Amino acid sequence: MIRLEGVGKRYPGGNEPLRGLDVHVERGELVFITGASGAGKSTLLRLIPRLERPSRGQVLVDGADLARLPRRRIPYLRRRIGMTFQDHRLLHDRTLFDNVALPLVIEGRPHTDIRRRVQAALDKVGLLAQSRAYPVTLSGGEQQRVGIARAIVTRPPILLADEPTGNLDPALSLEIMQLFEQFNQVGVTTVIASHDQPLIDALGHRQIHLSEGRAA
Amino acid sequence: MSISALPKRWAKLHAHAAISSLGRLRRQWLGSIMTAAAIGIALALPAAFVVAMDNLESALDGWQGAPRASVFLDTGTEAAQYPDIAERIRALDGIRGVRLITPDQALTEYRQSSGVSDPLALLDSNPLPAVVLAELSGGLAPGAVDRLADRLRALPAVDDLRLDRDWMARLAAIIELGNRATALVALLLGLTVILVLFNTLRLDIENHRREIEITRLIGGTNAFIRRPFLYTGVWYGLAGGLIAGGLLAIAVAFVADPAQRLASLYGSGFRPAGAGLTGTLTLIGAGGLLGLSGAWLAVGRHLSAIEAP
Repeated sequence: MIRLEGVGKRYPGGNEPLRGLDVHVERGELVFITGASGAGKSTLLRLIPRLERPSRGQVLVDGADLARLPRRRIPYLRRRIGMTFQDHRLLHDRTLFDNVALPLVIEGRPHTDIRRRVQAALDKVGLLAQSRAYPVTLSGGEQQRVGIARAIVTRPPILLADEPTGNLDPALSLEIMQLFEQFNQVGVTTVIASHDQPLIDALGHRQIHLSEGRAA
Repeated sequence: MSISALPKRWAKLHAHAAISSLGRLRRQWLGSIMTAAAIGIALALPAAFVVAMDNLESALDGWQGAPRASVFLDTGTEAAQYPDIAERIRALDGIRGVRLITPDQALTEYRQSSGVSDPLALLDSNPLPAVVLAELSGGLAPGAVDRLADRLRALPAVDDLRLDRDWMARLAAIIELGNRATALVALLLGLTVILVLFNTLRLDIENHRREIEITRLIGGTNAFIRRPFLYTGVWYGLAGGLIAGGLLAIAVAFVADPAQRLASLYGSGFRPAGAGLTGTLTLIGAGGLLGLSGAWLAVGRHLSAIEAP
């Protein structure tokens, strides 16, 4: 489903987080990307929806070479990839409902369809009762769950999560990870970048450890 | 997604953009009203020029002081031929009416108007020629007046011809000048509207930077991101056009009475007209179009600079 071959990424400043990385994630797999801060976990994830372009090497998503993807097709690639961020990236002047609805609004879906799917997604992450609230009134863990609801509301085949348990206590972290496991169980290819090694070890999925820009 | 669902989806995306942009304007209503008013005033000025020029032309068109030609007949012409010659002049194209002034009438008129002394009384016979005053049709082009003059001169028994040409030429020049000035004002203020909207939309885009970034992040197309801003420009332009139409109607009502009094002093029953329904709709449409242009420029310039973070 996701294949990186000899991928290197070098920023103009000289920083080089990835130096010849080979990664292959099977369809329907759940994979953890581990490694120290700055090991290139976020960069790896950002290559998949083409938020970044590799300096060298090849990135293939569902068999398509992203280097050959025309600019105007990028939005459609991103629609098939749900992604959550460590800083959530929510709109603070919109309610939870509107935040989660955004990916559906972008696709021009009918109102009834939007309502049904947004409610289902918020219900799934346990925030249906707060759908009229604004993100600032929520805790970090709740905001992370809103981000997850937004990522899965279109039922994408791929789900990427960047440090989803960043600042959460162990109980909440486990809850969030179990949520990802549930999505994975219904066939969503899931890639999670995290440095919460004890939790990852406890869950027991495949791990890809990044070190000096390579898969160790 | 089936093909038949595509137009529906497209219409839905447009409706969403149109409504959400209206919502944005409503949330900052004071600023929105001020921008729309600035656009309205900028549109009202050239529109007022157009209406004024239209009124000027229609006032002059109905005026009795339409161009005239004085056709002097040979002094040797028999008095019995006068009506016949006058009739032949009347029959020409571009002549609206004629009035014959016989030498006797001319003498009487002269005596009445000059009053004090009468040098003509010293002469044995009346030296004044018969004159046919020909009123030309309004709206003749200068070339057509020239051709008409040539034909008048070619008539038998016509000695000389005097045209009110200076007056016509001046009037034509004034109207031409007025129309040019109107075009210039319209051009400059149209440009002003585009610049005002460019700047307003630039700030609007900057204020929505985070929203644009996140929309890109989750797969919003350029068209989706662009649309609400384009609609914002159109709404501003339409509102500005509406305000301009209102201002213009007020202005016309304000000057109508004195203008009518002035016209009546010249013996005209003229009353100034406003822009009318077509004119007002044109004004609103022009506002919308200028709004779209300004927004398009701002969007093209500033939106592409905002990438997904």
